[in-house]
Order: sequence, then C-alpha cells, then structure tokens
Amino acid sequence: MSQYQTLETSIMGEIAASADEAAIEAVRVAALGKKGSVSELLKGLGKMTPEERQEAGPAINGLKTRVADAIAARKTELRNAAITERLARETVDVSLPVRSSPAERGRIHPISQVIDEITAIFADMGFSIAEGPDIETDYYNFTALNFPEGHPAREMHDTFFFQPNADGERKVLRTHTSPVQIRTMEAQKPPIRIVIPGKTYRQDSDATHSPMFHQLEGLVIDKTANVGHLRWVLEEFCKAFFEVDDVTMRFRPSFFPFTEPSFEVDIQCDRTSGPIVKFGEGTDWMEILGCGMVHPNVLRAGGLDPDEYQGFAWGIGIDRIATLKYGMPDLRDYFDADVRWINHYGFRPLDMPTLFGGLSL
Amino acid sequence: MKFTLSWLKDHLETDATLEQICERLTAIGLEVEDVDDKAAYQPFTIAKVVSAEQHPDADKLRVLMVDKGDGKPVQIVCGAPNARAGLIGALAEPGTYVPGIDVTLSVGKIRGVESHGMMCSERELDMSDDHDGIIDLPEDAPVGTSFAAYAGLDDPVIEINLTPNRPDCTSIYGIARDLAASGLGTLKTPQAPSFAVEGETTEDIRIVLDDESLCPGFAWRLVRGVKNGPSPKWMQKRLLAIGLRPISALVDVTNYMTFDQGRPMHVFDADKVKGDLVVRRAREGEKILALDERTYTLNPTNVIIADDNGPESIGGIMGGEHSGCDENTTNVLIESALWDPINIAKTGRSQGIITDARYRFERGVDPEYMVPGLERTTELVLEMCGGKAATARVEGYKGHEKKVVDFPFAEVGRLTGLSVSNEEATGILTGLGFEVSGSGDRVSVAVPSWRPDIDGKADLVEEVMRIHGVDNIKPAPLPAIGAVNEKILTTLQVRTRSAKRALAARGMLEAVTWSFIPEDQAKLFGGGKPELKLANPIAADMSDMRPSLLPGLIAAAGRNAARGYGDVALFEVSGTYEDDTPKGQRRVAGGIRRGTAGLTGSGRHWDGAAKPVGVFDAKADALAALEACGLPMGNVQIEQGGPDWYHPGRSGLIKLGPKVVLGHFGEFHPNTLDALDVSGPLCGFEVFIDKIPEPKRKATRTKPVLELSAFQALRRDFAFVVDSTVPAATLIRAAQGADKQLVTGVNVFDLFEGPSLGEGKKSVAIELIIQPRDRTLTEEDLDKLAKSVIANVEKSSGGVLRG
Repeated sequence: MSQYQTLETSIMGEIAASADEAAIEAVRVAALGKKGSVSELLKGLGKMTPEERQEAGPAINGLKTRVADAIAARKTELRNAAITERLARETVDVSLPVRSSPAERGRIHPISQVIDEITAIFADMGFSIAEGPDIETDYYNFTALNFPEGHPAREMHDTFFFQPNADGERKVLRTHTSPVQIRTMEAQKPPIRIVIPGKTYRQDSDATHSPMFHQLEGLVIDKTANVGHLRWVLEEFCKAFFEVDDVTMRFRPSFFPFTEPSFEVDIQCDRTSGPIVKFGEGTDWMEILGCGMVHPNVLRAGGLDPDEYQGFAWGIGIDRIATLKYGMPDLRDYFDADVRWINHYGFRPLDMPTLFGGLSL
Repeated sequence: MKFTLSWLKDHLETDATLEQICERLTAIGLEVEDVDDKAAYQPFTIAKVVSAEQHPDADKLRVLMVDKGDGKPVQIVCGAPNARAGLIGALAEPGTYVPGIDVTLSVGKIRGVESHGMMCSERELDMSDDHDGIIDLPEDAPVGTSFAAYAGLDDPVIEINLTPNRPDCTSIYGIARDLAASGLGTLKTPQAPSFAVEGETTEDIRIVLDDESLCPGFAWRLVRGVKNGPSPKWMQKRLLAIGLRPISALVDVTNYMTFDQGRPMHVFDADKVKGDLVVRRAREGEKILALDERTYTLNPTNVIIADDNGPESIGGIMGGEHSGCDENTTNVLIESALWDPINIAKTGRSQGIITDARYRFERGVDPEYMVPGLERTTELVLEMCGGKAATARVEGYKGHEKKVVDFPFAEVGRLTGLSVSNEEATGILTGLGFEVSGSGDRVSVAVPSWRPDIDGKADLVEEVMRIHGVDNIKPAPLPAIGAVNEKILTTLQVRTRSAKRALAARGMLEAVTWSFIPEDQAKLFGGGKPELKLANPIAADMSDMRPSLLPGLIAAAGRNAARGYGDVALFEVSGTYEDDTPKGQRRVAGGIRRGTAGLTGSGRHWDGAAKPVGVFDAKADALAALEACGLPMGNVQIEQGGPDWYHPGRSGLIKLGPKVVLGHFGEFHPNTLDALDVSGPLCGFEVFIDKIPEPKRKATRTKPVLELSAFQALRRDFAFVVDSTVPAATLIRAAQGADKQLVTGVNVFDLFEGPSLGEGKKSVAIELIIQPRDRTLTEEDLDKLAKSVIANVEKSSGGVLRG
C-alpha cells in the first residue's frame, strides 16, 4: 500500500467518524487546510523530479478531490441530521385548539338580517328604502292617515303617548310605519315605490306581542297601480322571502282607515308539524299582513289628487315573518339580548343576503 | 259579534250549510273568528230513570237504573236530591266529555257500586248555574233522542271579528243582509210591528244640550201595567248562547234588540222616575250607581239622562241602578235614542265602561231605525209582559239626509283590476240597500242610513269588490322599471348596515334593546327630558326614550353575567332620542365589552389568557365602526376624557375638527356600573353615524395614480422623555410633521414610566418609517431628518430625546 493510500484510508476514517459539523471542519483543516496533510503533500510536488511528479501529481490531486468531496458529503449529511433533530425537538401538539376568528364569532341580529333580505327582494322590484322617526305627531300617525279624531279605530292601536307640550300637542310613539307614507308623498312626486322598515310601538305584551316591534311598510303610487298589482307584489315577495316555489294567499276584505278597499291577507301553510310552519303546502291559513288601495283622503293628505294618482300600501310584521321563517318561539326574546339566543338565532357577519347568492344558506 | 245559526235564519232564508255560511262570511269581510258547532253536546241522550234504590253504603246516594230507550237500563250512582224513579233527564255515558265540570267520564265505582255514567244538572251542561238537582224534563220528553236537539243546545254559535267600520253588522239582521246580497239566500222582510196604542205617554223628556249633535234624537213610550217575569225560554237560550245572562223580560228584550237589530234600548221603571227626564251634560263630580253595581263619577263630557233625583242613566252606555226595572215594575218607559259616536267613545273610554250599547253607538247606530226600533221593542214587551202601550213620542230628531255618491262604474276596474259589468255592480249595491239612480257609466248612489262608513267612490268599489269576490282579482306584474335599478339606500342606511357588519366581524353580537329605559338610567346618560317621557309606559322601568344605547347594553351584559355568561361583547346600531323632533332622533352605533371579551377572544387559553377589556378595546371598536362608515380617518382627533358616565382618565372623545363630536369611548365610571348594578371590567363606545359628513361626490370612480418608490424604505427609532400628561398623539404628529414626504408612518412601540425618569415623566419610543422618493438617502440626509424630528418633537411636546 502506498503512503497515499494509507493517508486516504486514515482521512476517510476520520471523516466517517466525525459526529458533528465542528469535527468535520477539524478533519477538513487537518487534511486540506494550509498545513493539512494533503496540502503538505501538494506542496512536496515542487521538490520532485519531473518523473516523480508525473506519477505523484495525479495521485495527490486525486486524493485531494476525493477527500474534499467526502468532506462535503459528510457535511451535508451532518447538517441534514442536525435539522432533522432540531425539527423533532420543535414538534408541538397540533390538536391544541386555536382561537376562533372574530368574524365567525360575531352575530347579526335576525331583525337586521331579515331587513337585509327584504331589501334585496324589493330592490329587485324597483323599490327604494325609506325611513321615518319613531316619535310622531298625532297628525302623521293618525289624522293624515284618515283616522278621524275620536274614531274607535284609533283605540285599536294601543298607542303610547308622550306628555302634552305647552301647546297641548301630544306626540306619540308611532303605532305603525304608515306615517312615512305621508312623509314620502310630501317629499317626492310619483311614481313612488318604497318600502319602509322600522320600529313601531304598541302598548301590548305577550308571547306574540311586544311593546316594541318592527314593521315593513310598502307603498306604490302611480297612475295605474291596482289590487292585481298588489297581489302580485305580495305573492312574489312571499315566495322570495320564504324561499318556496309557490304560495297560496287569501285576500279577505277588511278595514284600515288609510286604505280603501282594505284586505287582510292569509297565507296557506301546514302547521301540523308543531311549531314549524311550512308554506306552499297544507290546509291551514295564517294571517300575515294587512294591505289595500291607498285611501283617497290619504292621497289628499300627501298632496296628491286621488282622481289622477292611485296606489297601494301594505304593512307586515318583520319580527313575525322572521319568526315564521326562522322559528324563534317567543317575540319577547328578540329584545332580551341573551347571548345564547343571539348566538343561536343570529347570522354570521359575512352572510350577506343577496338574490344572486340566495337569501339564506 | 256572536250569533247562532238559527237566529241568523230568522232573517235569512237559505239552504247553505254552516260551513258554506262561514266561508262566505269571511270572503265578504266578516271574518269568522270562531265556530262552535255544538258537537260536544251530541253524546247527551234523553233517558228515563226506571228505578231508584238507596245506596247500601251512603245516605245521600241513590243507585239508579236508567233507560235510554233501548230497553237495556244502565246502572248509575247519583247524589242529586231530585233523583227518583220516573224522572226524565239528560244522560251522559262513559267516554262523554262533560263541559260544566271539565271531565271525561269513565266507568267508576262509588262506595263500592259501579256507575256507568251520569245524569246531568244544567250547570254540568253549561246551560245555567243551576246545580240544585239533575235536569228534570216534562213527561213527554222523547226518551232515546238527542238532548241537545230537544233543548236547543245544538244551535251552532258563530263569532265574527267585526271591523270597526261596520256598525250595520253589529246586528244579526245586518249580517243576514250582507249574506243575502252575496247570493247566499234571501233576506226575510220583517213584519211591521202591530199593537194597539192606548193612552198618552205623559212623561216628558227634554233635551237640554249646548250641542244638539250629542243627542240627535230621542224616542220614548210608556207601557202601563206590565208584568216583568223571566223572558221566554227561546229568548233566554239565544242570549245564553252568545254569552249574555238572562235577567228579566224587560231587560232581556233590550239585549235582544241590541244583537238582533243593532239597536241598543233602555228601559226605566217609570214609577221610580221623579219629575221630568232631562238629557243633559253631567255636572262635574255627579255620581251614578250604574247597572253593573259600580258607582261612576261623571264630568261634563258625559251626556246623561237625569231626573229630580239626579243621573238615572249614562246615555248610550249604561243605565242606572235606581230607575232600573225589576220584578215589581208595572209601568215601563222604553227609550230609543241616538248619541254622538265620538262622545260615546270618549265617555266610555274615560269611565272605563265597555258595554254592548257603547260598542254600537260609538260605531254609529242607524238613525232611521230609532222609531221602528221603539215599535219593535214595544211589540216584544207587550208579547212577554202584557200591558198597554201609550203613544210614542220623539224629541230632537230632524230626519236623516242620505249621502249621495257620484259613482263612475269604471272606478271598480281602475282600483281593483276587476271587470264587473254595470248591471252586476248595480245589483250588488241595491242588494246592500244602496239606491242607484241614473244610467250609463256614471250613476248616483244614495247611501243607506245604516252605512255611515260609506263616504266616496273608493268605499263603493270595496262594496262591489267584496261581494263580487276578491278571489276573482288575478295577480298582475308591476310594470318593470326598464333599467338596472339605481342605488336604493341612502348614505345613512348604507352606513348603518356597514357599521353592523363591521362590528359583528369584530366578534360582537348584535342586540336589539328597548327604545324606552328607566328614568334613572336615562338621567344618568344625559336624558330624562320631560318631552321624552311616556305618559302611559307599559311598565315603570320602560318610561323614558333612551338618550344612549349604552344603558340598555350594559344592563344586558349584567343579565348575561347573571346567567353565567360574563364575557360578552354586544353592539347595537339604532336610534337614540335627543328631543321629540325627527331631527332629535339620532343614528348611533354603540357597543360594550365585558370581562375578557376582547377582539381575539375571551377567557383562559393555553396560549395565554385574554386580558380584561379596557379603554383601548372600546377605542378600537369605535374607530372600526367609523371607518366602516367610510369616514376618512386622517382628520379624526382623539381628545382625552369623555362624558360623565365614563372613567374620566380612561375615556376619550372622537372629534372631527374642533366642534364635531363623532363619538366617545372608554371604561365606565364605577358609579355608572353601581347605578346599573353591573360589575366590570366593562368598556364601551358610541359613535354618531348621522354626524359623519356626506362624502363628496367624486367626478370619477378612477383611483389616484399609485406611485411606488424604487428605493428601500428605512426605519429609525427615537425615544423621548416627556411629561406624563403629554398625549402620544402630539409626538406622532410632530414626528410626522418633520418631513411629510419622507415620513410615511410613525408607530409608538414602547412606553415606559419609572423612577429613573423622575416623577411625572414618561418615555415614549417611536419608530419612523421613512420612504425615500427619488434617490437613496445618504447618512447626511438621515442625520438632517433625525435632527428635524427631534427638534419638532421636543418643541411640541416639551420633552427631550432620551439619551
């Protein structure tokens, strides 16, 4: 065995024996460093005869290359082993629970969601959204809506009154969203197509009546709107809102001071399966709204000539249709802010009702 | 309004079934609310007691063998004193529901003897209060047949939910007229009353009123020599069926007329009346003991009938006890009067009296039936009580002038979309009692005296439509708007929705709380104004319109905490009330966080427990809500300190310029939490969405050109020692102001207070983000910028660079 082979065997043995990056570096310095064993051999080439050099040159250079490669390979091996070992140390229990996203935790109240659903539907039919104040004058809440002073119909409203002011005027909490009909007619010329969602108040409290509730008023005024259009709008709305293919509605003649003719509207449904009401099937009737052709006196109060303009209006309980669609059992819970209720019946903040994506999931 | 089927058929000749009648009533606007077909009475059978033996083990019980006509007597144990062999009564066998005791019978053993049913008393059958013994029928009662049919208990009772515009249908006759007009039978013409008139009605009645419309007519008559016993069984049955208690013939007749004809009547015992009767306003404080045995204190709004003794009757509402008729009445004065509907409603409401008379008078009683009603009542009184009718007298009545409506038939089509021929429309109106005159497409329609609700064309359209049939109206699509719809929400509406979604996306739950809150809470939050106080709150703690959303939300947090949910984040976007005008109603987004309910989550967690919530949680929510509303945040300033209900050192105002307050935020004052009985930690905010300026309409939707610098951005840190009271915002502004081009951001990354800095001092460390624009900055450039930053900050904050 030549001296080169002996040296190579020895260095290769040291490379294989190096256990970490420091050890392999020491081997590299010892072999290939300035004064390393292989480097010394290379330096010796200069003192050799050309013949000797011809033989020793390739042998020493070959040794150098092999040693350098072996060191590089071992280095990579050791680094990979070190990384693997570090990663093993860094292992965590990924089954640990993480915090939920605030956008998943938050909730939109069913009333807001349902108003957004209603908005989406009526926007598609060319309606705008109007609003008005909760505290109303007697004029807007009653007189302009053709409730004569002292008429028993006023008593049907269980009105909340404020203390009379210095002029003896007694304001009220609006008992319906209908005052906004007058406010709209005063502010804008026909054609009018508006819906008015808002808070309304009556002195009444039980499982299906709350002293504060929400109503959706609709108003269409132009030169041709009639009961047929009214039926269509309400049927289309109910189909879209309850997300059923078909609904059967029953219009019953009724009485409201501000419409003539007036109707109460029942919707055919199946109430046989307990609290869940199914629309578009069954043999029960459920009253869901009141409506009619705007009374000539109301048009006059809004500054319109009833022989030129005509139209219809309706009012529907938002809380009630929310209940019918989503099944909350007691109206009073809507206003209790019980987080368990809001979590259960509320909607996720990013679930925006649209017609293109469907109103609800 | 209740009536029985047989009573209706007194006035309506029809073959229609109960079901058809009910369906039609609803279809023409007389909504059937309830029908009792009396099926519950079907199982009761007329049966005869064959034998009655003493019960072996009980003194008061007898063992009966009862035959229901099939020759197979059943054994029944009975405790009634009148139970005896030969008695014919009403048998209920096992399985029968007995309404008066709310029990379904089964075979039982009473003191060891089996009993297969029950012989019923009137009370057990809900026929009367009589429970002295079992029903004891005449000998000719047909054993084995239905007791209900025999006793007239099988007459179905219909209740309609009458709308307030239909006084004509407060009478069964009126309901029959509507049904007949709709083609469900023929209205029977009542026979004109006929009786002999003997003698004069000598009693005078004077109307002494400042306003004669309060009592537009008064008709009366004396009937002498009556005998006031119980009314006949048929009348009692009908009254009982609709929930009225029979009293005596004279009283029952008035009740009968009220329902049969919608004509409330009153009867005075003429011998108890002292002097003339006068219709007048009550004097302040006058008292009357009314027929309901309650004493009412009257006032001049109330129109009464009085004699020398004082008030004898509250006109059109309720009679007085003093001059009421009883079994000793021999001379009766019958009243048929007219009263002003509005005044009746006022009087009834203020006195809290609800009677069948008030119900009709406040809706409007047919003036033309005043005298015929007196005649018909007289006839019934004579039939039941005998006596001699004196002359009828009338005071004050000026006759009824019929309203006439100019009616183009085309109105029906215009408003309803129906096509109804002129002939059919004329037929419908005539059937309802309208008089149609003229011909062609436009006619004059005279309104019958019993329809005060009909005023104009639209009312006639409704009459034609409801009788023709609403179901005939087919849905017709609204004309399309012919374009993509424009934006349909106002800026305020858009902002309201955005604020809700933004706050919910911060993990908060949307609440809807009451608009009215307790007075003390309203006052605590700057409200409690007299004009915002309800005169008739539904509960004492729902008395004042809220000046702020916070009390409702804080109270809700308290309720949730009491249920075991202490870490809650709630918000509401809704109205608050500054005054009672439309402008005084604000649109506010408010929210609270309690416990550890921060943005990232609440409660303990393996990765670190959530911190108690504080002023900065509320500030972040407030700013997020404003930002969601599209407010450019550059001009927003935060000022130390908020309204009284906050912790003075841990609250702030959000302002736009020196005057506009956009909101406030903070931790709550301990006194606030005490007053609301809620414990902390609790923070909250309110922002006034309606105060955010309307965005300027931009000429183009194109965004400004984006300029991206090619040079690397740099960061440099500075720390300053300043007085503790100096707001960090001052340092940020000053640092930014050093070079608005280069300094694109300033972050506060450390705050330190400690003895090493000296009393009342703090260290604020800031990081500047420096974005070179057109070349790489040299060390000289950076030195120059640093000097300028230090100078600016030191000057504006009064602090020094920390060495």
